[in-house]
Amino acid sequence: MMALLASGPGLAAAIVVLLALAVWSVRKLAALDEQSALGRFGTPVVFGAWIVVFWQILTEAFDVPQVLLPAPSLVWHSLVANGGVLLGDFVQTVVHSALIGWTTGCALGFATGVLIDRSAFLQRGLLPVAALASTVPLVGIAPIMVMWFGFDWHSKAAVVVVMTFFPMLVNTLAGLAESGHMERDLMRSYGASYWRTLVALRIPVALPFVFNALKVNSTLAMIGAIVAEFFGSPVSGLGFRISTEAARLNMGLVWAAIVVAALAGSLLYALLGWVERRATFWHPSFRAAAG
Amino acid sequence: MAAAAIEASRAPARSAIGETWHRAGPVLAVLGVVLVAWYLAAIGLNAAQVIERELEPGWAWQDLVRHTLSMDRPVLPAPHQIALDLYDSIFGWPLDSPRNLLFHTWVTSSATLLGFVMGTALGALLAVLIVHSRTLDRGLFPWIIASQTVPVLAIAPIVIVILGSMGMTGVFPKAVISMYLCFFPVTVALVKGLRSPGVIELELLHTYAASRGDTFWKLRVPASLPFLFPSLRIGIAAGLVGAIVGELPTGAQAGLGARLLTGSYYGNTVQIWSALVMAALLGLALTGGVSLAERLLTPGGRR
Amino acid sequence: MSPPAAATVVEVEHVSVVYPAKENTVTALADVSLAIGEGEFVSLIGPSGCGKTTLLRVIADLETVSSGSVRVNGLAARDARLARAYGYVFQAPALFPWRNVLGNVCLPLEIHGLDKAKAESVAREHLERVGLTGFEGKYPWQLSGGMQQRVSIARALGFEPKLLMMDEPFGALDEITRDRLNEQLLRLWEREKRTVVFVTHSIPEAVFLSSRIVVMSPRPGRIVEVIESGLPSDRTLEIRDTPEFTAIAHRVRVALQEGHGGSGH
Repeated sequence: MMALLASGPGLAAAIVVLLALAVWSVRKLAALDEQSALGRFGTPVVFGAWIVVFWQILTEAFDVPQVLLPAPSLVWHSLVANGGVLLGDFVQTVVHSALIGWTTGCALGFATGVLIDRSAFLQRGLLPVAALASTVPLVGIAPIMVMWFGFDWHSKAAVVVVMTFFPMLVNTLAGLAESGHMERDLMRSYGASYWRTLVALRIPVALPFVFNALKVNSTLAMIGAIVAEFFGSPVSGLGFRISTEAARLNMGLVWAAIVVAALAGSLLYALLGWVERRATFWHPSFRAAAG
Repeated sequence: MAAAAIEASRAPARSAIGETWHRAGPVLAVLGVVLVAWYLAAIGLNAAQVIERELEPGWAWQDLVRHTLSMDRPVLPAPHQIALDLYDSIFGWPLDSPRNLLFHTWVTSSATLLGFVMGTALGALLAVLIVHSRTLDRGLFPWIIASQTVPVLAIAPIVIVILGSMGMTGVFPKAVISMYLCFFPVTVALVKGLRSPGVIELELLHTYAASRGDTFWKLRVPASLPFLFPSLRIGIAAGLVGAIVGELPTGAQAGLGARLLTGSYYGNTVQIWSALVMAALLGLALTGGVSLAERLLTPGGRR
Repeated sequence: MSPPAAATVVEVEHVSVVYPAKENTVTALADVSLAIGEGEFVSLIGPSGCGKTTLLRVIADLETVSSGSVRVNGLAARDARLARAYGYVFQAPALFPWRNVLGNVCLPLEIHGLDKAKAESVAREHLERVGLTGFEGKYPWQLSGGMQQRVSIARALGFEPKLLMMDEPFGALDEITRDRLNEQLLRLWEREKRTVVFVTHSIPEAVFLSSRIVVMSPRPGRIVEVIESGLPSDRTLEIRDTPEFTAIAHRVRVALQEGHGGSGH
């Protein structure tokens, strides 16, 4: 069977048949109703699965050099074989650099937003600076952070703090401004103090904006943590693993590390999305979805 | 929007100069505070080394200040040191010399711009296909959205290695990295924008018996522009990061990323900061360029 | 005043529109028949859910019938739309914010294939008819709601269709603006003798504008009564205080109540 497939025409025929099957199955699923779970999730999953199948077939059949594109089976083996190393990298990059940096940066950004909420002057001063900060490649401060905080994860976390601070600041201010005049007047009529109004009205109203920033920042944190390691890192970390193993042309391990990073990034984002839905179920954008 | 209108009517009327001062004043104040804090921090952080190595016993604070603000390899360089280094680099060397930061800036920005153009074109093409094909919309688009949560930049070393093994070095691999960083936000924003026209506008064109092409060019494309430009700004900023990161893995010689790397290898702090300031200015210039294009291409001003 | 003996522009015959739903089907229109002659101004009036908008959309080929037939100018509804036989004014202005007023009015002309210069001169003419000369360079958000709707009407005049269909075009406006626009619309109709099918839920508006008033009722949507208006065609807003006007309005009101009370389905 394999010999038949390995032969030119046999292989070509098999690929054509599989291609037809793939196209047919994806189109069938795509035509399903928007509401059905099978239609919504099944289509991308099946699409992705077929891509992996063809990836495997093409890399094996055409003997694609490992450097160019390793087969999914090779990536899987590398993942399993180096599980311990990758776990250590995961802890270093995701848990230490990214998560700790993300928490600190978001907390600082939120606190700063609340603190300057009362000063229109400071807002007008800081918001343009924050807008500019988003156009600047902040990852570039990595070498400086290494100089100040050393080679370990602390310097990477510092990079993440700087990268996540500004988006959180901007969104906190936007969220705090969001509560309507009528609602604020209501609180005034109750004789509520500034801080009471803040906690009971303005922060809940700001939550959708805050969560938006938390999600955006989670992606920035992963990027910051990994890229900061490209600039120099001790002996562990996903970024370190990727750049050193790529230099050694050990592509299976590189792709395995990338898979870990990708999974970490998307799971973090999904988790935040789940928390957001629980915390801001009242917001129109969620109400509409719930029907 | 009604709240903004009420807010605007409550604000006092200001003259043109008053308005500029109202906007710029706080920013200048903040920058001024930052500048002062920077100098103090420079003195503070550099003090330990200076006291240990340079000052004779019985030093006064004036000596401390003088020395900490003019070290060769400071922990934190003073702003004027960075400014001087920039000035020397830009005006003291010919434009094609690797000692001139503008040369490095050109290397990085050319990769960024090339990648940006390619990424935007690819993103636009993909968005049009997704909007018109249900299969791609359901099968591929969710992956593109999901990939925004993935640190795509992690693939940069692979791209360099793969393209290097195929004999391609220099601008092109970096541009490829920039390209795929640009194309994700552009695709997502354009799909949203091309789909933004409401039922009423679509029915209007239906009553004109407009062709699909007419509907696309006269309605969908203009409606998508407000969605496109913010994503272009994000895309070009991301592309810049991509180009810089692309200069790291193989120890490239040219480009702002390479300057950052060599500066950190040799402990040349001032060089690192200069390269950083230059990268920041480049980022500002690139996104400013996109904003300018937006102003020119959007008729009638604000919406 | 006998109805015009001119050609029949719109023929609706035994039309039903049924939407299948999860529990029970919704009958938007049940066996509706109506003939509209050239030059008439016909209002469709009734409470929400009576199918008046559905009827208008069916004529415009924005919705399909479940049974029955619709003919416009002798053609099937779809062919009439492809032949660009009518102008349609929606409840909201639906102007494109990236085009100025002139650009918006030019839109159907461009699609129809007119070159730019010709389209612009035709557009300017239409804008003059709705009294918006001088506003060509403005953008939609710079205009009031009433002016935006006038631009929308000027646009609907686009390629001079003989049939104009309007779906509660003045519903979102304040009464004073509405009165003014009603009078302008009437003058326009009087000058140009187009056929107008007009959906509204305002009795005074229907009586003031129409030569014929079609009263509809909900659940299922059907025509309750068709009332001929005998008012002179050169009427002005003052006519609303005359006994003739009040009598017709009263007939409409009675028919509406009848339709509402009689719908025991």
